[in-house]
Amino acid sequence: MTPFTELEGVMAVMPVANINTDAIIPSPWLRFANADLGKGLFGSQRYTEDGRERPDFILNQPPFRSAKILLADENFGCGSSREAAVWALEQFGIRCVLAPSFGDIFYENAFRNGVLAGRIDAATFERLREAVRRHPDRPVVRVDLAARSVTAPDRTSYVLHVPAARAEALLRGEDEIAATLALEAEIAAYYAAVQVARPWLYPAAASRGDTV
Amino acid sequence: MMPENAPVQSTSGTALTVFEKIWNAHHVRRLDDGRDLVFVDRHVLQETTSAQAFERLARAGRAVRHPELTVATQDHVVSTAPGRNEHSNPAGRELLSLMRANAHAHRIRHFGVDDPRQGIVHVIAPELGLALPGCLLVCGDSHTSTVGGLGALGIGVGTSEVEHVLATQTLALNRPRTMRITFEGHCGAGVTAKDLILRTAGTFGIAAAQGCAIEYAGSAIRALPVEARLTLCNMSIEIGARLGLVAPDDRTFAYVQDREMAPSGAAFAQAMAEWRQLRSDPDAVFERDVAIDCSLVAPQVTWGTSPQDVAGVDERVPDPAGFSDAKRRDLAAAAIAYMGLEPGMPLAGIPIDIAFIGSCTNARLSDLEAAATVARGRRVAPGVRALVVPGSTPVRLAAEAKGLHHIFHDAGFEWRDAGCSMCVSINEDIVPPGARCIATSNRNFENRQGPRSRTHLASPAMVAAAAVTGCVTDIRRMT
Repeated sequence: MTPFTELEGVMAVMPVANINTDAIIPSPWLRFANADLGKGLFGSQRYTEDGRERPDFILNQPPFRSAKILLADENFGCGSSREAAVWALEQFGIRCVLAPSFGDIFYENAFRNGVLAGRIDAATFERLREAVRRHPDRPVVRVDLAARSVTAPDRTSYVLHVPAARAEALLRGEDEIAATLALEAEIAAYYAAVQVARPWLYPAAASRGDTV
Repeated sequence: MMPENAPVQSTSGTALTVFEKIWNAHHVRRLDDGRDLVFVDRHVLQETTSAQAFERLARAGRAVRHPELTVATQDHVVSTAPGRNEHSNPAGRELLSLMRANAHAHRIRHFGVDDPRQGIVHVIAPELGLALPGCLLVCGDSHTSTVGGLGALGIGVGTSEVEHVLATQTLALNRPRTMRITFEGHCGAGVTAKDLILRTAGTFGIAAAQGCAIEYAGSAIRALPVEARLTLCNMSIEIGARLGLVAPDDRTFAYVQDREMAPSGAAFAQAMAEWRQLRSDPDAVFERDVAIDCSLVAPQVTWGTSPQDVAGVDERVPDPAGFSDAKRRDLAAAAIAYMGLEPGMPLAGIPIDIAFIGSCTNARLSDLEAAATVARGRRVAPGVRALVVPGSTPVRLAAEAKGLHHIFHDAGFEWRDAGCSMCVSINEDIVPPGARCIATSNRNFENRQGPRSRTHLASPAMVAAAAVTGCVTDIRRMT
């Protein structure tokens, strides 16, 4: 995983609650293993039905076409578990989403892909939104993960809430599977013990007529 | 039956909730970062969220740790055309063949479209006896909590976690907080598990259970058949939960017994003795504890673009001005505009173009029977397309053995092969732009069923009623 330390860039604001993962990456981009997810980001809102860009959508407007940070309202990423929602953000160039709260599965998916899902207070949401609105020529925000801070275009800094362990894993770009595989002996011991304790559960009974 | 290193911890001293009991039994260790590493008893794969996991696994040179605890199926992008095969939907071929090839390469059992056990992951897991009370099941799909209807922990995850489970057979997660939703009182006529969970979303909102494991409890839940409990638990994610479950009881045990992959004989007896312990201790404390009075719940139908945008079918599209919260007001106004409705108009009577009976929420045999009861002897209204898509091939075959396909055919419904179908618009079954669909599925999001699709969620009987009348109809008025 690519480490995340600091990020400075244009922040796009989508001041809406409950932006779901179907909206972040619509299903037409999920039909193929190697679809261009960056192009599909917010596809339903970003394009007309015949595929032209909608000029009124924020990510089609300069300077937000090169946004690196997204500010949204509460419960961002609710709904479907599709990790392509995170891949789409990342491939577009957005490596940080700031919101008062996130859907649980999106939150997990984000950190596993080196995308920072940073929680901010409701008041901070409003102030950041306002600060960017007042600086249309330079809507640039700086995120410092180690310092847990977000700095608005007017240089005011706000607190970013990221659990310590998640922040450290992101700062290091940790390979989570490698970390768990280091515990392989312990997992094997657990499995050996529960196979004795719950023989009815393991292994899953072979189904009849199975050919693997 | 807990491993020695399991934490006996609870918010209420030694009294434990059923969720805590099952979680503790799967606890491998507490990680340094405070998360728990839990063992995954069953891992179910589907084609749209596993391909990249296998690819990355191969790139890292890692193996599938426990193929014998892993099962794969094809459901999301399959064609549901009668008599279909793996190639029927050209746009689905790539992911379907990858699923088959990955399962084969890693010696994972695979129930493809040519297998009589194929079906939607959350329909076949209980049906096969793969999901069992007290087990921990993971799938790369947000509706995995469905198996909570059996008293299992069903955890929906993304593709990175699918890869993690494939490689380690474990999941690293913060232990969810506990929440109980108690349903008391009798359900009135026409009120189903679908109506109860929609009402729950309407009452508490779609983020109400964020980070929580829900236990659905109360006399009304005890009275629900197992398939209805699966419907209820299915939509736990629609109120934000990590998972939802119903403590297993005699109904559950009777459901599980004799399932193809369930334990049998002495093993079943031993399992049942343990399953009987799977109930929350009387003095267990839940971090959040709320209730729904079922006697006040009418058959529900959604009017907006989120499952919380819901009302009784005898009510009206709300006036956004009536919401005290400004954000909710804006969302409601946008939803009503998207849906092409007007504030204050009665829900009953809204004309529909498509009626969809299917999905992991409501496509089990009992759902199809409820719809067939309404369809019998009636005709689909002119201009309406009505589809019945069984949740699995076994459901289809069981329904056909009962003659339900004749009832639907005679009434003018399409009778299709099993798959996710029109719930997710990732296959050939898509609602045309601007069309209005009443559906038994779980999400009424903008564009969910196709670009500019408009979705009204309801129970199977309500959807069948709308199909034959051509508009949203109060099932209680169908005689």
